[in-house]
Amino acid sequence: MNFALDKKYEMAQTLFREFAENEVKPLAQEVDETEKFPRETVDKMAKYGFLGIPIPKEYGGQGCDPLTYVMCVEELSKVCGTTGVIVSAHTSLCADPIQTYGTEEQKQKYLVPLAKGEKLGAFGLTEPGAGTDAQGQQTKAVLDGDEWVLNGSKCFITNGKEADIYIVIAVTGTVEKRGKTMKEISAFIVEKGTPGFTFGTKENKMGIRGSSTYELIFQDCRIPKENLLGAKGKGFNIAMHTLDGGRIGIAAQALGLAEGALERTIEYVKERKQFGRSIAQFQNTQFQLADMATKVEAAKLLVYKAAMAKGQYQIDHKTSYSVEAAMAKLAAAEIAMEVTTKAVQLHGGYGYIREYDVERMMRDAKITEIYEGTSEVQRMVISANILK
Amino acid sequence: MKVIVCVKQVPDTKGGVQFNPDGTLNRAAMLTIMNPDDKAGLEAALRLKDQYGAEVTVITMGLPKAEDVLREAMAMGADKGILVTDRVLGGADTWATSTTLAGAIRNLDYDLIITGRQAIDGDTAQVGPQIAEHLGLPVISYAEEIKIEGDSVVVKRQYEDRYHMVKAKMPALITALSELNDPRYMTPGGIFDALDAEITTWGRANLVDVDDANLGLKGSPTKIAKASDKVRKGSGEKVNVDPEESVAYIVGKMKEKHII
Repeated sequence: MNFALDKKYEMAQTLFREFAENEVKPLAQEVDETEKFPRETVDKMAKYGFLGIPIPKEYGGQGCDPLTYVMCVEELSKVCGTTGVIVSAHTSLCADPIQTYGTEEQKQKYLVPLAKGEKLGAFGLTEPGAGTDAQGQQTKAVLDGDEWVLNGSKCFITNGKEADIYIVIAVTGTVEKRGKTMKEISAFIVEKGTPGFTFGTKENKMGIRGSSTYELIFQDCRIPKENLLGAKGKGFNIAMHTLDGGRIGIAAQALGLAEGALERTIEYVKERKQFGRSIAQFQNTQFQLADMATKVEAAKLLVYKAAMAKGQYQIDHKTSYSVEAAMAKLAAAEIAMEVTTKAVQLHGGYGYIREYDVERMMRDAKITEIYEGTSEVQRMVISANILK
Repeated sequence: MKVIVCVKQVPDTKGGVQFNPDGTLNRAAMLTIMNPDDKAGLEAALRLKDQYGAEVTVITMGLPKAEDVLREAMAMGADKGILVTDRVLGGADTWATSTTLAGAIRNLDYDLIITGRQAIDGDTAQVGPQIAEHLGLPVISYAEEIKIEGDSVVVKRQYEDRYHMVKAKMPALITALSELNDPRYMTPGGIFDALDAEITTWGRANLVDVDDANLGLKGSPTKIAKASDKVRKGSGEKVNVDPEESVAYIVGKMKEKHII
């Protein structure tokens, strides 16, 4: 077992760190304050291949691996949680399922522009009555001649109005399973601009405020028959597998937020003076920082391990990384919440002021315990594996 | 079109500077970066690659770890990297360095050589023009803009209060300013490829038409008498007076010190 990073990961980390510091950090406060989607940053990331990091070169990607991608999301999230999740949702939730389940035609048509960053991706599973409970899906797809006709809506969709290509999960019929009638679920690729596909309300959120979170509405939206992703009836498996990968991306976002908050706090406690000395000289501060740093390091090991497990799966298709992903997300998200909260506390009154990054980071961190499977869902995944 | 870019690995000034007992820099102990003017030169070359399909070769002289700066250049888009490293080349001043680099470049085909104006560790601005002299090439220094016109290169050459437009027939050598452009970032895929790529390593034996008397510490006419890290400035003198009085006070002090 070797915990040292290879030179290529060190260089990639340097690249992502420089990019984040120069291009992302200066905009983070404005993006949060004005809920502005950072389109210019997305265009720059596209130019440098950040939107296709783990995608093979033959499909327009960078030909790297999940660990490199995770480091990108981590470094971006250290300075801006919004920018981190844009890359995560695009890569893990849209490009990845097309790479894994798409036909060659679908890959050429959709994966190539996604990997090059010419198009942005999104994923629609959640509905008002179906988040964690995927069987609660109401959106329907009915085959009519050479077209699928979609009706229904999806909510809380990341990259909502800004994306170009959407993976949409819908009910395509019923199946009998263990004597019970279950919904048959399938996955589809839907392009923005398809008649009958519109956007509902924009969500006004606590954190990741620059992320475009919208409702997707389908009213007799007709898409070509060949836009079915994977086999009919495999939508639930595709969604679950996709979320396994997505959780590693969100775990990386959470890790980045925790690291960013820790870095800011270390700078702050050295400067802030109380009772004639810097607050870094108080044992309470020192012990809090020691706990925060230890937890961040633990989260990092779990996140990198999950990313490496996914990388290995892509090579041999043998070992599932579902539990690693769930553990990484559970730990990183809860650590992000704890570390950002402590960071605010150590900043005192200033930590509650918008001018200070830790205030935003604490709000951004909360969502990592909720989306792409709540912490409770991660516990279900992990315990089911332990007790099987 | 073939472009050679000379790059140097220099100490990252953020990381502090360390010296050897002989006054030369202890390069092995310091954090390093690609010299900023060289990076601008590399970006200029990569733009020629984007525009004209130029082949870009980066070359550096240094310790084996200077290979890192070549890989960084390749991760930005350079096609080939050449490392010139040999114990006998150590301790070189600008003369010995330019002799070495010219000796290495004599092995290569090129239309244009681009170097940075100067390195942030030595600040001499001599190596570029000296290479041109060794190779008998025209040199245009302080380039702010570079354009290709047929078999010539047209360069906007910066001065303090003006600029010159200078045209030279290729092959030629240009020294670049960091103001020339904003260098691009590496790409993730570029990094992976650069780390798998072969770096050509040359030693003394590969240098063409050079005399040992002009190489390394022995071949360096420059001798460093003394070197030191940045000296901290004192806190100065603080005077609390109103603005009008302060003007008279400052003028008086400047006269006292014979500044005016």
